Amino acid sequence: MEIGLNTKGGGGDHVGGCEEEKMGFEETELRLGLPGGGGDGGEVQDTSGIDPDEGKLTGLAATDPAKPPAKAQVVGWPPVRSFRKNMLAITATQKSSSDESGGEKAAFVKVSMDGAPYLRKVDLRMYTSYQQLCVALAKMFSSFTIGSCGSQGMMDFMNESKLMDLLNGSDYVPTYEDKDGDWMLVGDVPWEVFVESCKRLGIMKGTEAIGLAPKVVEKCKKRS
Amino acid sequence: MFWGSRKTINMNYFPDEVLEHVFDFIRSHKDRNSVSLVCKSWYKIEKYSRQKVFLGNCYSIGPERLIARFPGLKSLTLKGKPHFADFNLVPDDWGGFLYPWIKAMAKSRIGLEELKLKRMVVSDKSLELLSKSFPNFKSLVLVSCEGFTTDGLAAIASNCRFLKELDLQENEVEDHRGHWLSCFPESCTSLASLNFACLKGEINLASLERLVARSPNLKSLRLNRAVPFDTLQRLLIRAPQLVDLGTGSYVHDPSSEAYNKFKAAIQSCKSIRSLSGFLEVAPCCMSAIYPICENLTFLNLSYAAGLQSNELTKLIQHCKRLQRLWILDCIGDKGLGVVASTCNELQELRVFPSDPFDAGNAAVTEEGLVLVSEGCPKLNSLLYFCQQMTNAALITVAKNCTNFIRFRLCILNPIKPDPVTNQPLDEGFGAIVRSCKGLKRLSLSGLLTDQVFYYIGMYAKKLEMLSVAFAGESDKGMLYVLNGCKKLRKLEIRDCPFGDAALLEGMGKYETMRSLWMSTCEVTLGACKMLAKKMPNLNVEIINETEQTDSNLDDSQKVDKMYLYRTLVGHREDAPEFVWLL
Repeated sequence: MEIGLNTKGGGGDHVGGCEEEKMGFEETELRLGLPGGGGDGGEVQDTSGIDPDEGKLTGLAATDPAKPPAKAQVVGWPPVRSFRKNMLAITATQKSSSDESGGEKAAFVKVSMDGAPYLRKVDLRMYTSYQQLCVALAKMFSSFTIGSCGSQGMMDFMNESKLMDLLNGSDYVPTYEDKDGDWMLVGDVPWEVFVESCKRLGIMKGTEAIGLAPKVVEKCKKRS
Repeated sequence: MFWGSRKTINMNYFPDEVLEHVFDFIRSHKDRNSVSLVCKSWYKIEKYSRQKVFLGNCYSIGPERLIARFPGLKSLTLKGKPHFADFNLVPDDWGGFLYPWIKAMAKSRIGLEELKLKRMVVSDKSLELLSKSFPNFKSLVLVSCEGFTTDGLAAIASNCRFLKELDLQENEVEDHRGHWLSCFPESCTSLASLNFACLKGEINLASLERLVARSPNLKSLRLNRAVPFDTLQRLLIRAPQLVDLGTGSYVHDPSSEAYNKFKAAIQSCKSIRSLSGFLEVAPCCMSAIYPICENLTFLNLSYAAGLQSNELTKLIQHCKRLQRLWILDCIGDKGLGVVASTCNELQELRVFPSDPFDAGNAAVTEEGLVLVSEGCPKLNSLLYFCQQMTNAALITVAKNCTNFIRFRLCILNPIKPDPVTNQPLDEGFGAIVRSCKGLKRLSLSGLLTDQVFYYIGMYAKKLEMLSVAFAGESDKGMLYVLNGCKKLRKLEIRDCPFGDAALLEGMGKYETMRSLWMSTCEVTLGACKMLAKKMPNLNVEIINETEQTDSNLDDSQKVDKMYLYRTLVGHREDAPEFVWLL
């Protein structure tokens, strides 16, 4: 079974590079309402950082009382280089894992695959890279392969031009649900950040994965 | 009568070589530009003798024209993407490609020796071509670039026989875990500066040790995370002449033999003036560094997330001669107090957020900054991420430190007022610009009205770069700046209520500036089109990330991101689909 994976930095000729750390920011693309009116109505949810009384934000979205308020994520703020953010994220995960006595907490998440009769669970902390995870998932679901799938065991996830083929074809694409409840394509964020934010995994058929996060797909289309 | 005939020394009687020799002493770009305007013969001499060129915007001129203008080019600095690209505001593939420059210079047999790039897209292909086309190539500095892998570095290592400097700062490099370091041939002994701290992958440690051992001129060495403590210790023994050291992993057992060896090794490195790294750090090992602290002039602990405030302050207390300090905000206000009382020679301070994803938790406030201003009167450059700021604090800082050249304040909540008075921070920043007459670069944050721009236009006469976010109330704000800041070169604005009137009224100014960025403001497509039409020497680019095409948008629609810059070569040919060239 072949699982296509969208990781940044693709093949040799790819120039877009693996720089920006999207972190789901562009999907949320939140704007603050400006003091004194004007500007887009903010879609900012109440946060520890931005007090609506202080900032006179306009148009706060009603937060679901059952859900804890998300931190306001303004694209590009604070103005810290992506590189620095990534480095600190890596150090933070290392720090927290070494702080815990007796090893790291397991991070079991459910894994569903389209067409499979039952779900599985994987411990994300057993792996240190997307590649390892893909190998494990392929093994786990190999008994459920249906119809036309690519060669077994060979994950072409570094090759971004294949991604569109995978999304358009009947091959499988790994996706995940993050802390905000959004379904994302696996591979955009650094591994450590992914482990922290992944709540469950879903292996979707390429054609169905097209329906998710259209901006993400557009981005992939532009890159291929 | 004798004085009737005016005797003037006509410099054109001097042979060209003499003039050339005189021009050699003129190093600054601005001065050389002035020299070339004097007369035709000076233009010609300056043209052929010019070796260093700085292009703040790689699209302001094309490679062919540059080469024609300065055929003797040896050292080139190029900047590509707009500054806000560092913060994810510019999509991938926007531009800033190095390859066309290398191709053109190779074709014209330019004797390139130095290349410094910032925010450019550098492909492996361009690095390979570079390494094969310029036999005297000596120095490659890449800052905040992307698009290349360790294969490209392998090409540089293999082919640049006289390489002195390979300096990689905060680049996104795809690590193919190849042995690029092993590609430096045994005959390469010229390295003076090697910085690969930003690489994420494994390094061939044996090759690294051999390379350092055969590089007697090595003065600057910055390692990545993959270089362990043991290797660091062995490298120091081989390179006691180092002036600038960046540690890799700094984690070890303080009771071990290796740690003792390290302590001995570092003490013999009496020339170290600059220290950075500590990407992984065991706090208990920091005391080994104390012996070299008193000579340090630059200390960069901004990636050392493993150090707490008390460990940081213990270290800093030994650093009496520090001139530049980069640190994380976990040092806290009290820790900054220690900096203030210890580092009286401090000129530059950068305090970064240790948790850049969480807008609520910076550990420093206005108090830390005030303490530093009291203890460090020579402070001239500041980058400060903080929880909050007050007008009173800024006014105090302005009184204590009048030498600021760069003042960049980032309050993590971008529209936060003075928490004590609930007022905007106009007066505080006003005090800064009034007091610091040499201010060249300013970044604002916090709750701000048009008043702050009034002050900036009125007082910031030397200002060259201004960054504005979530500030202002009306077009007047932007106009104060455009009309008042005569030396302004770069203006970048996001999420401010500035619109067409301000954009268009400032038209005449933009040709005197390098660039203008406006995103999420009130500017419409129609105004941008008009501007582009009236100013042929400006490229007005719209970045459009929605699915709409030209025909769908009407002129009254607001533009999300606009970037304009002056240029001699018209529209660029490498713009992607989502960039509209008006």
